[in-house]
Amino acid sequence: MVIENKENTIKEVWKLLEKVEDPEVPVLDVVNMGVARDVFFEEEKLIVVITPTYSGCPAMDVIGHNVKVALKEAGFEDYEVRTTLSPPWTTDWLTPIARQRLKEYGIAPPEDGTPDKGRLLSEDKVIPCPNCNSKNTTMVSIFGSTSCKAHYKCKDCLEPFDYFKCI
Amino acid sequence: MERQELFNYIIKWADHSLILGQRLGEWCGHGPALEEDIALTNISLDLIGQARSLLTYAGEVEGKGRDEDQLAFFRDVRDFKNPLLAELPNGHFGDTVVRQFFSDHFLFLAYEAMMEQSSDEQLKAIAAKSIKEVAYHRKHSSDWIVRLGDGTEESQAKIQQSVDDIWEFTGELFTMDDNDRLALEAGVGIDVSLLRDAWLKNVQTVFEAATINMPDAEAWMQQGGKQGLHTEYLGYILAEMQHIPRAYPNAQW
Repeated sequence: MVIENKENTIKEVWKLLEKVEDPEVPVLDVVNMGVARDVFFEEEKLIVVITPTYSGCPAMDVIGHNVKVALKEAGFEDYEVRTTLSPPWTTDWLTPIARQRLKEYGIAPPEDGTPDKGRLLSEDKVIPCPNCNSKNTTMVSIFGSTSCKAHYKCKDCLEPFDYFKCI
Repeated sequence: MERQELFNYIIKWADHSLILGQRLGEWCGHGPALEEDIALTNISLDLIGQARSLLTYAGEVEGKGRDEDQLAFFRDVRDFKNPLLAELPNGHFGDTVVRQFFSDHFLFLAYEAMMEQSSDEQLKAIAAKSIKEVAYHRKHSSDWIVRLGDGTEESQAKIQQSVDDIWEFTGELFTMDDNDRLALEAGVGIDVSLLRDAWLKNVQTVFEAATINMPDAEAWMQQGGKQGLHTEYLGYILAEMQHIPRAYPNAQW
């Protein structure tokens, strides 16, 4: 693949990355969830920088692999996927599109703002039910089905639901 | 700071997370309730993830081509430098909660100091990443301390016993060995002895809410893990954790 205009290519790569899904929450893509951090050229080599959501998130290996597959399928030959830890990922980076998709998928999106890390005991946040919008909900566990979620239940529609917790 | 000394410094932090993460993983499928089973293994996953970052970095610093897997699976007991607290058996659920509570409160303060004070960019980055996760662990274990301490007569008695039993393993967290001092002088490491007052204060705050009696802060304390002198428990942990890679070296998924 001959790259004529690097600036345009970088724009195309960002569009390409919007098609790379999170394997655990497939309504999220790596751009709208803030995992893709940077795209640039080092001489002729295309560099895509990603950052993990959680240190132990098992989806990261798959995401890195899927980014490479997407680049390869688009015809890129000289590319590298790099991982960075700094600055650390935060749910504040989820775009409004990502939040809307989460809600439609049945996962309560993160409330704005990162939590108070200094608190010794957990706070009792009001998280609206993504199914019936009731605010009469309660936290079952601060840890849920994946690293990024907490487990809640709605006391009105009685459905359990996941909350994409702030970090 | 010499490569080998920096490697030794990073390894202590890595082993703390790795061994505690491995211990918590033993709860998988055995938690007292489904939600708690998931919580314990979530915390385990975070700790093992933090250990992976630290071990990878330690391997790069050492420069002998050892990666995270080689460091996790092909070192023996004396090479592990985790504090003894991390390797204590799970015991009953209350024992696990207390061990976790003491560790979470320590790691939170340690990572806070490291992200603010260390001159090492990668250690800073790992600390800034990890503290977000540890903040959730700390809330979770503190919630359980209050729930069990301020719970029934039986849960109160059991959790108080766990606190009294495990207390002697907390002192080591705040000891400074020669390597810690070298790292501190080089601007890379932190002074863990300075974290003790804040740790005692936070622990006491939660114990008061939990109606748990604070043990004597000046009590005699166990130590040795940071020098590679471990309890008999570590060998069994390594036997389980390392068996597959040692039986099938270089096996790939």
